[in-house]
Amino acid sequence: MEFKTHISVQNLDVFYGTERALKDITVDIPDKKITVIIGPSGCGKTTLLKSFNRLVDSMDEVKVSGKVFLDGENIFDPKVEITHIRKKMGLLSQKPFPLPMSIYDNVAYGPRIHGIRDKKELGRIVEHYLKQSSLWDEVKDRLHAPASRLSLGQQQRLCLARGLAVEPEIILGDEPTSALDPKSSQRIEQRFLELKREYTIVIVTHILRQAMRLADYVVFLYLGELIEHGPAEDILVDPKEEMTKEYIKGIIS
Amino acid sequence: MMLLTIFSGLIVFLMAFGLYQRSRPILAIKPLTELLFSTSWHPLRGEFGFFPFIMGTLWVTGVALAIAVPLCLLTAIYLSQYAHRRVREWTNPLIDLLAGIPSVVYGMWGILIIVPLIKNHIAPFFGIFSTGYSVIAGSIVLAIMIFPIIIHVAVEVFRSVPYEVSEASLALGATKWQTVKHVVIRKAMPGVIAAIVLGLSRAFGETMAVLMVAGNVAKVPSSVFDPAYPLPALIANNYGEMLSVPLYDSALLLASLVLLLVVLFFNIISRVILIRVERSIQ
Ligand SMILES: Nc1ncnc2c1ncn2[C@@H]1O[C@H](COP(=O)(O)OP(=O)(O)O)[C@@H](O)[C@H]1O
Ligand SMILES: [Mg+2]
Repeated sequence: MEFKTHISVQNLDVFYGTERALKDITVDIPDKKITVIIGPSGCGKTTLLKSFNRLVDSMDEVKVSGKVFLDGENIFDPKVEITHIRKKMGLLSQKPFPLPMSIYDNVAYGPRIHGIRDKKELGRIVEHYLKQSSLWDEVKDRLHAPASRLSLGQQQRLCLARGLAVEPEIILGDEPTSALDPKSSQRIEQRFLELKREYTIVIVTHILRQAMRLADYVVFLYLGELIEHGPAEDILVDPKEEMTKEYIKGIIS
Repeated sequence: MMLLTIFSGLIVFLMAFGLYQRSRPILAIKPLTELLFSTSWHPLRGEFGFFPFIMGTLWVTGVALAIAVPLCLLTAIYLSQYAHRRVREWTNPLIDLLAGIPSVVYGMWGILIIVPLIKNHIAPFFGIFSTGYSVIAGSIVLAIMIFPIIIHVAVEVFRSVPYEVSEASLALGATKWQTVKHVVIRKAMPGVIAAIVLGLSRAFGETMAVLMVAGNVAKVPSSVFDPAYPLPALIANNYGEMLSVPLYDSALLLASLVLLLVVLFFNIISRVILIRVERSIQ
């Protein structure tokens, strides 16, 4: 299978204080595919994901070295505008965290930040992305109710709509279904499979079955090191590395 | 815990009841509205109008809050959102220190620094004559006294906002300041109001420092450069001294009752706001 590269990670190192959370990671993330990052808890999956939109270096005491190229531009270059990088990516976190405002305002938040003021235009955007994350029918009569009144599954779809509304190129998901019931998880997964036609998607998961359902490309991390990466059918079915084999058989987890 | 809560509620009630009992003599011969809204304070003639003192309290407290709230919130936002951990470690004890200074010392400092500053510089700047002993002097001193409690509570409140919520906003391409303005402050609003209420209740009852710099003239102030005579100062200055004047002690106890009720009233109002805010955001 041929891949066009969207994000190119080169020799990425991340330190929390003195703890080295990512060790010399080099990997290319393919364009308009679902890349799944797997590995046991604490191996650096979240850290890698948050390096892509530079949330990782918004904390005190974090040191990053190496390069991450996005559309040919190194996002860790001090000259790049960080808000511009982040606008290119929608983030779904482990638990949904709606902003403390209404359903409507949650989705309109990003577009407003980026300068859209026109009421009609905002209304159109909100409707469009709520439909795209298959939430519209459930909330269209109460758009101005606080977002926190939605169920967890609905909140996660709202967060998806909120992320899509800034028209990103990439969707990042950090175990985006781990707080959800099976039905809601399935709906989110279904969304991903449809969205990959238009977006590059990177998902962290520790659920191997989920990786099998979604992945086109797999990245396996262990204790901050990149052990193996490649097309899903290679890594998940016939891994080369002993460590990956053991993880997939469920010996290490 | 439950028992303690009931107990402290009971104490407030007993105090109010006791004060009410003792202020009945004056209530028996004067209508309450006259006592509260008359501006005439002439105990020797038997005229006890509290209005100047009530207004004195409201002016000094109101202006103090107007000074303290914006400064404290900005400080708290800086400390909780922007400052490096080491800065916080340094400032925390300093703020605690501020809280531990006895109020007489604040009063002395007010007399030595603030009062002359107002008399010689600030009031003339506005083309006004003032002795310096004024609403604004009391308010400045009071504002500084309530800094620590407001800052402390507000910092805690801002820090309790889950980092992931800020992260969600940042991830959408919002700047740090946009995130603070639209998300953090909003999420923290109920707690911020609680912080202000705490400052407010502390300010209402604060006697010593204000008494030393506010001028203590029993007249309704009409500008911040006029002197004021807040209720607590009235009570502290006169109780135990002027008791030979008929009804004076009853009047002062009524003043205490009024003070207690005003504080309770503001507490209840702000609690209602708090509940509303919580409902609309959460
Ligand atoms: N904010 C942080 N401060 C210090 N250490 C952290 C922080 N976040 C993560 N780590 C450490 O970095 C390592 C990788 O964490 P993480 O990327 O969250 O792993 P995963 O998402 O795979 O569970 C872990 O050892 C974790 O303890
Ligand atoms: Mg994680």
